[in-house]
Amino acid sequence: MNENTRPAYILGGNRIPFARSNAQYAKASNQDMLTTVIDGIATSHSLQGERLGEVAAGAVLKHARDINLTREAVLGTKLAPETPAYDIGQACGTGLEAAILAANKIALGQTESAIAGGADTTSDAPISLNDDLREILLEANAARSTTARIKVLAKVRPGQIVPDFPRNAEPRTGLSMGEHTAIMAREWGLTREEQDELAAASHQNLAAAYDRGFMDDLVSPYLGLERDGNLRPDATVESLAKLKPVFGGEGGTMTAGNSTPLSDGASAVLLGTEEWAAGHGIEPLARFVDAEVAAVDYVGKKEGLLMAPAYAVPRMLERNGLTLQDFDLYEIHEAFAAQVLSTLKAWDDPVFCKQRLGLDAPLGEIDRAKLNVNGGSLGVGHPFAATGGRIVASLAKALAERGEGRGLISICAASGQGVVAILER
Amino acid sequence: MPEDLYSQVINSRIGGFVAGNVGLPQPVELDRYEPGGPVIDGEVLLGAAPGGRLSGPVARALAGAGAVVKTELNGEVRVAAGEAGLDAGVWNPEGGAEARFKALVLDATGISDSTDLRELWKFFHPTIRQVERSGRIVVLGTAPGACGSPRQATAQRALEGFTRAVGKEVRKGASSQLVYVDHGAEDAIDSTLRFLLSPRSAYVSGQVVRIAEPVAEIPRFDPERPLQGKVALVTGASRGIGAAIADVLSRDGAHVVGLDVPSLEEDLKEVVGQIGGSALAADITEDEAPARIADHLASEHEGVDIVVHNAGVTRDKTLGRMDAERWDLLMDINLSAQERIDDGLLERDLIRANGRLIGVSSISGIAGNAGQTNYSTSKAGVIGRVESMAPIVGKAGVTINAVAPGFIETAMTKAMPVPTREAGRRMNSMLQGGLPLDVAEAIAWFAGPGSAGVNGNVVRVCGQSLIGA
Repeated sequence: MNENTRPAYILGGNRIPFARSNAQYAKASNQDMLTTVIDGIATSHSLQGERLGEVAAGAVLKHARDINLTREAVLGTKLAPETPAYDIGQACGTGLEAAILAANKIALGQTESAIAGGADTTSDAPISLNDDLREILLEANAARSTTARIKVLAKVRPGQIVPDFPRNAEPRTGLSMGEHTAIMAREWGLTREEQDELAAASHQNLAAAYDRGFMDDLVSPYLGLERDGNLRPDATVESLAKLKPVFGGEGGTMTAGNSTPLSDGASAVLLGTEEWAAGHGIEPLARFVDAEVAAVDYVGKKEGLLMAPAYAVPRMLERNGLTLQDFDLYEIHEAFAAQVLSTLKAWDDPVFCKQRLGLDAPLGEIDRAKLNVNGGSLGVGHPFAATGGRIVASLAKALAERGEGRGLISICAASGQGVVAILER
Repeated sequence: MPEDLYSQVINSRIGGFVAGNVGLPQPVELDRYEPGGPVIDGEVLLGAAPGGRLSGPVARALAGAGAVVKTELNGEVRVAAGEAGLDAGVWNPEGGAEARFKALVLDATGISDSTDLRELWKFFHPTIRQVERSGRIVVLGTAPGACGSPRQATAQRALEGFTRAVGKEVRKGASSQLVYVDHGAEDAIDSTLRFLLSPRSAYVSGQVVRIAEPVAEIPRFDPERPLQGKVALVTGASRGIGAAIADVLSRDGAHVVGLDVPSLEEDLKEVVGQIGGSALAADITEDEAPARIADHLASEHEGVDIVVHNAGVTRDKTLGRMDAERWDLLMDINLSAQERIDDGLLERDLIRANGRLIGVSSISGIAGNAGQTNYSTSKAGVIGRVESMAPIVGKAGVTINAVAPGFIETAMTKAMPVPTREAGRRMNSMLQGGLPLDVAEAIAWFAGPGSAGVNGNVVRVCGQSLIGA
């Protein structure tokens, strides 16, 4: 094993505009979309026929037949068919985790280049069979004679011929992510207004980024969309205030406007060593410095389901000798405005920092002017596995635009996990 | 459910309907202490006026009591909660109208001017209607006499009007108190906070308690049995409030020496027998009584830790019809005998370090009562004794305090005529009479080793009776 590490760099990124569920991408499959964005990187960086070190990607809502989703996608691109690939899964952390894995192999000297990404569609969702029916069919398949088969099939009851749609609920609590986040919002005393403010800023910053051309080399049109389908450039706190609450019951503060919509889309990020980049005429955007993952006990200890990043960031900061304020840009995935705000309040709370993080003093506030400056998930939309790649590419380019700086990425994920990372230029 | 007939009736469906429509008082069942129960059975909302000095000590006291606390997200209270190790939840005054609290605690020591009194409104206006049944409201401040300026003294004195009015406004058996904490007494507030926030103070409301620098170092002790290893003398222990005092002190771990007149020795023996205490039959009006009592305590227990002067009689008569015997006997039993007994014990140095002298006064001694000129005089004398002796015994590491019971359900009050009795029962914020247990719990609070900062206090156990103040 190589004892020396070397830095891994973000070299570029490509994504398709994200669409709302059952809209423009209603018929697009994960494989279609993933193939498109990987191919997009191959085209824009002149990698036709190149064998890359590897491609790592995933999808959260995955068809059973997509067992080799990423490899099958790679085989559909202009990259050399000798390019290896694998699928990973960590709910909404998939995209960033894929980037971490790719960067780590580069750092360890096992590869020179990689693509990391993710895709998700909630329109073309996998539907499975009712479990009882499935067991009967398997039994029938294993039966040795026709009569035996018929006997087994006779066990089928009408109530079993019901498809099993994927449910948006944590298996161990039975609550949806929105309901879990509503608990967090109540515990942290969040107001409707501050959540809507965050949501409005998300749309406005995204529109501004498109208008000034920031997205030009990051987003490629697909199936009739040039900009993200969820974007409302004229979203304001007043317009968002008109929406009815959807989580949190009577007096709930969470609406469709300050929660991410179900979305379809894909993204990919190109990584490599300095030498490999130079050899291909590519200017690196930012260095992949470090990453951390945390998980919380949202079942037994009833920690907030989406609070894991609040635990991951302090660990990473300590390891790197940084404070929470040592960043020029912050990218916090806006699963719900309430999730972002709960996390920020937790970092500034003496009780949380002492009781849960074991710190002597709170981490403190961040400068809100540095948060999600080119738009966030509330404006863009959130195809689960595609968000990580979107954020990595966008932050890397933003740092390059500044010339120098350090950025923090924080992404929460279902089943109580969180993935965070530091990029630097 | 309070056991009197009116309470039983008014809390039935029809009774409740009538009461609600006609505006009759509806007393609720007060929470009372059960051994092993939590100190506070519900959430505590903790706040502070900016610039206060008690956030830290109060947070630590609440943490020690195992309380579940909420605070606002920013400010010195939040920092204090973090440092005290309190896993405090977040309270947002703008949201959460459904939140319910068992206790509202405000550190008002930061109020230094009448314009700062707005902090009272700021903290209590959004929360006062969210107090649970048998809830607790406690405001902490600095005694006017210990303030640094007339402005500050004015504002701190104003707190008393607030807490008394709150006590009369809140419904459903909730109580309201003011606690003045002297400089240097910040670490001596635990026992008082625990008492006032717990079900033990069920029948105490509208009171002002002053905590001074402790007269002796507060030792470590088991909060479940704080009087372990202590010896307590309780006079008049054969029945009524005296028996309840013996019971509670024993429950808290003390060995109780019960005292009563020889004619009640059988009842006395039964009371102390049940609690594993001992009996001393004596007539406290006799000349030799102080010496006999001192001898007994010296030989049997090498001294005494707690002395509770509960023995007392009534000899009601209007003054013009009161003969000398009614006056003299009552004054001796209710006041002079206590002075002699205490003198005897203090002279022979029999009251141990961190000792406790506790008297039983009465609202009659505070407000007076027709037909009780002798009784009221003696009970006001008990107050005078507490106030005058506090600095003196304090130097010897001993505290002296008194409870002043209001309408307590005993054999004595059962014998009152119905109209007078009902009036007495209802004319208080709790809308019911108290129990002998309630008086005993307040005495146990005075007696605890943690109360070394509580000296010279007279605390009414009257459910915030409308009589007197």
